[in-house]
Amino acid sequence: MNLSRSRGGFIILVTFALAMVLTIIPLPEGLIRWRPDWVGLTLIFWCLALPYRISVGSGFIVGLLLDVLTGTLLGQHALALSLIAYVCVRLHARIRAYPAWQQMLTVLVLLVLHQLVVLWVDRTIGRPGHPFSYWLPSVIGMFLWPLVYRWLNSVRLAFSVQ
Amino acid sequence: MLLSIALMTIDHRQHHLDSLRSTLSVVVYPLQLLVDLPGNTVDWFRESLATRRQLQEDNFSLRNQQLVLNTQLQKLEALEAENRHLRALLDSSFQVGERPMLIATLLSVDMDPYRHQIEINKGSLDKLFEGQPLLDSRGIMGQLIHVGPFTSTAMLITDPAHAIPVQVNRNGLRTIALGTGKLDQLELPNIPNNADIRVGDLLVSSGLGGRFPPGYPVAEVTEVEHDPGRAFSRVLARPRAQLNRSREVLLVWPEQIEHPPAPKDDKPPQPSQPPKEKTP
Repeated sequence: MNLSRSRGGFIILVTFALAMVLTIIPLPEGLIRWRPDWVGLTLIFWCLALPYRISVGSGFIVGLLLDVLTGTLLGQHALALSLIAYVCVRLHARIRAYPAWQQMLTVLVLLVLHQLVVLWVDRTIGRPGHPFSYWLPSVIGMFLWPLVYRWLNSVRLAFSVQ
Repeated sequence: MLLSIALMTIDHRQHHLDSLRSTLSVVVYPLQLLVDLPGNTVDWFRESLATRRQLQEDNFSLRNQQLVLNTQLQKLEALEAENRHLRALLDSSFQVGERPMLIATLLSVDMDPYRHQIEINKGSLDKLFEGQPLLDSRGIMGQLIHVGPFTSTAMLITDPAHAIPVQVNRNGLRTIALGTGKLDQLELPNIPNNADIRVGDLLVSSGLGGRFPPGYPVAEVTEVEHDPGRAFSRVLARPRAQLNRSREVLLVWPEQIEHPPAPKDDKPPQPSQPPKEKTP
């Protein structure tokens, strides 16, 4: 265990860092609302691939960093991401066995869950509601999932992260 | 676990976690720098590849501009003296003084698209503080809400959670400008139907509340709608500052007394006084 723990932790960090960079990289005005939830997708992948290493705790820490990066209330994304990490780890065996389209739908549900929690917290502290396009990132995330999955999986195999 | 998270969310509302946030902001600072890098490099290349001719033209136009500004400044000095004299006659305590300032640059990173926030490259190491007003060359932009050691987050005046006390420059009518969530719109609520406010009126900060310095331009009234069926008229305004275009912002310190850490006039690293006459 010790040996495998030391292997690939750095790669996981790099993928998360990359996801965060993609989250804050400046986009043209019209495209901002289309930005998928890269951090969420990455977290889902690692939770499915390595449920014994990446789970609620990692989701929490990544969420905190995301909160600071995007200037939201501290703990907002942390709560949402640890929630989807929990669901992912709980159901990882089942989700892994799903056919592709079913996996995409599951990812959609998870991403919507993430946004929903963020929205709830937002509304609770009295921020105004969002237009319907608020949910676009989840849908785009769903269509990107096969690509993200394939890419991260090849990274995982190439660096034999376990 | 979930309980601890819920606790955090609640705790944050009482501002106990600001130190945690500033610590974490150091952790993500490299990421922000990395994202900011391409834009910076492009700027750098553009500057170093500028032709001699271009530089000459720039120099020429800047010198012209300086001449014009200097002329206006002369007028301003006379006006200021006259104003002070008149105010002294009236025994009024109001004054718009020189304030210490500091120039900061925006980091080109995107934040939550549904909040109007920006990230700047100065922090508590430069003695910024929470609630500090932020300006560009044309007007007030917003205020700082989180200050980390190297970076700070500012909320723009158009954020739906933001409000700024203003007054109409023409007649001193005081009101509040609320953010609407649109970058080019502010809303003035609770203006009676018979109030003297017109399209084109300039709104300046009134300094009430003590957060923003008085007398800086904020917005221009773009729409006044009197609806006899309602108690108040609907008034919209457009912010004066170029909220989505400015890259350099000014940070202002209030007059010395309230905040001892504020640097004195000659202290800030880049005091933004009018350009010094260095032309040969």
